[in-house]
Amino acid sequence: MANTIQYIFDRKNLNQSEPGKYQEEDLRREEMIINIGPQHPSTHGVLRLEVVARGEEVVEVIPHLGYLHRCFEKHAENLPYNQIIPFVDRMDYLAAMNSEHAYVMGVERMLGIQDQIPKRVEYIRVVVAELNRLASHFVALGSYGMDIGAVTAFFWMVRDREHILRLLEWVSGARMLYNYIWVGGLYYDLPVGFEERCREFTDYLKPKLLEFDQVVMENKIFVDRTANVGVLPLDLAINYGITGPMLRGSGIRYDIRRADAYSVYPELDFEVPVGKGEMGTTGDCWDRTRVRLKECYESIRIIEQALVQLTGDHKRTRDFDPRAAVPRKIRPKAQDLYVRAENPKGETGFFFRADGRSDIPFRCKARGASFTNLSIISEMARGSLIADLIAIFGSIDIVLGEVDR
Amino acid sequence: MTFREMTNHIKTLLDEDAILNVDENCTPGAIELASTNLLEHMQMLHANEQLYFDQLSCITGVDNGPEANHMEVIYQLYSIPFNHHLTVKVQIDREKSLLPSLASVWKTAEWHEREAYDMLGIQFENHPDLRRILLPADWEGHPLRKDYQQQAYYRGVKVAY
Repeated sequence: MANTIQYIFDRKNLNQSEPGKYQEEDLRREEMIINIGPQHPSTHGVLRLEVVARGEEVVEVIPHLGYLHRCFEKHAENLPYNQIIPFVDRMDYLAAMNSEHAYVMGVERMLGIQDQIPKRVEYIRVVVAELNRLASHFVALGSYGMDIGAVTAFFWMVRDREHILRLLEWVSGARMLYNYIWVGGLYYDLPVGFEERCREFTDYLKPKLLEFDQVVMENKIFVDRTANVGVLPLDLAINYGITGPMLRGSGIRYDIRRADAYSVYPELDFEVPVGKGEMGTTGDCWDRTRVRLKECYESIRIIEQALVQLTGDHKRTRDFDPRAAVPRKIRPKAQDLYVRAENPKGETGFFFRADGRSDIPFRCKARGASFTNLSIISEMARGSLIADLIAIFGSIDIVLGEVDR
Repeated sequence: MTFREMTNHIKTLLDEDAILNVDENCTPGAIELASTNLLEHMQMLHANEQLYFDQLSCITGVDNGPEANHMEVIYQLYSIPFNHHLTVKVQIDREKSLLPSLASVWKTAEWHEREAYDMLGIQFENHPDLRRILLPADWEGHPLRKDYQQQAYYRGVKVAY
C-alpha cells in the first residue's frame, strides 16, 4: 500500500469540481458573475457564493456547499450510539454542548431512560449548554461586527469567549469539542469550585454586554449598515423552515426550549426576546443581531438560576455519580424517533431509525439549523447591494460544519 | 390535539386509500401515505385550519437495503401555532425512486430534497433545481444507499484510505 501512487496528474483533473450554475452565455446585458469564497473571511468558513451582479446590485446568489462535508451520516451508520457523540460535536463546532444535548436526549428517549436522569445532571447540562450558547453568540456578534467594519467588537467578544472556553475546558478537558454529555449522564461531575467561578464570570460579563450594546448596537454606522437591510418577512421565514434567533428576529415568540419544554427548562425563568423593528423594519439585520444579544442576557439568567440549584437543592455530594444511569449497552428497541432542541443557530434535530438488533443506528440523519437557515440567502439578498449581501449573510449566523456536516 | 384525534381528522380529509398505515411506534406519531397525489395531500395538511402544519422541519431519506428493496422518505411536520407534530412516511421503489417535490408547499423542501437526491439518489419531480448539494457535481453514486461502493479514483486521487 505504501508504495502505490496516491495521485495521478492529469490536466482535466484541474477542472472545477463544482461548476457554477450560471455561465457567461446565461447573463443578460451588464451582468457579471462574481465568485465569493470558498476562502474568504466574510463567508465565515468554506462556503462559496456565486453572485450574479448588475453593477453593485445583486441579481442572484447561488451558494455552493459541501467543502466541509465529512460524511457524518455515513459515519453514524457504522458507529455505536455513544461513539457518535464526538462526531456530533464536530457538526456545530461553535456550540458542541448544545448539539450533544440534543443528540443525547434523542438516544435517551429511544431507550426510555429520560426520566431516570438525575436532576443534578440535567442542571449541569443546562449550565454547560447555556455557556456554550453564549460562546456561540459571541462569535456571531463579534464576527458580524467585523463583517461590516467594527473590528473592536470582535476582539471584545473573543476575549469574553475565551473565559467560557476555559471554563468548559476545566469541566471537560477540551476547549471546543467536548464529548462531555453522555447518554444517561455526564463524563464527570463539575470540578470543585466551578459554581463559584462561573458565578464570578456571569457577574463580570453583564457590564461587558452592556458595553457592547452601547458601543456597537447603538452605533450610528452599525445601525446604518443593518437597519432596514435584509428584511425577512415572518411568513417567508416560516415557509423556509428558518428557526432560532433568525425567526425570532422576524417577530415570533417561538423557542423550542419553551415549546417542547425539554430538560429542566420549564423550571427556569427566562424571556424569549423577539425583534420589534426598533431601528427600522421588523426582521431586518439589526433585529436579528439584537435578538442574539438579548439572548445572551437570558442565558446568563438561566445559568444563574441553575447555579442556585446546583449549590442548593441539587448540590454536590460525595456519593454522587454522574455515570450512574449510563447504560452499559445502548440497544434501543426498533423504532423511529425525531428529536429536536434549540441550538444557538436554531432547531437542531436528529432522526434515528433503530432496528432493535444492534447498538448501531440503522439511519441517523442530522438536521442542521445552519443548513436550513442558509437556504434563504438568495431570497433575502436578491436586489440588494453587494455590500449588503455581506451584512445579510453575516446576520444569518451559519457555521459551515453544520451546513456541510 | 392528540395523535389519535389528528389521524382521525386527517382520515376525513384525504382520499380513502391515501393513508396506508398509522405508525404509533414512531416519535412523533407517524402516518404512512401513498406516493400518488402526495403533493395534494401535503398541501391539504399545510393549509387545513385545524392542522396547519406551517413548518417542515426535516426530510430524511432512508434506504432499507437491497433485501427489503424499498426506500422511504420521512417528513417531519410541525405546526408553530398549535404546537403539534406529525411524521409522514412515504415508501418508494428502490430502482424507480420518484416523488413529487414539495418545494412549492414548503421552501424548506428545496434543499432537503436536494440532499436526499445527493445522498440516496431519490428523484423529485418538478423540483426547481435538483443538483447535488454536498458532494461534488461529478461524484459517482449515492453514498447512503446500503449497497454503495465508492469509486476507486476521484480526479486521480485515490478515494479509499
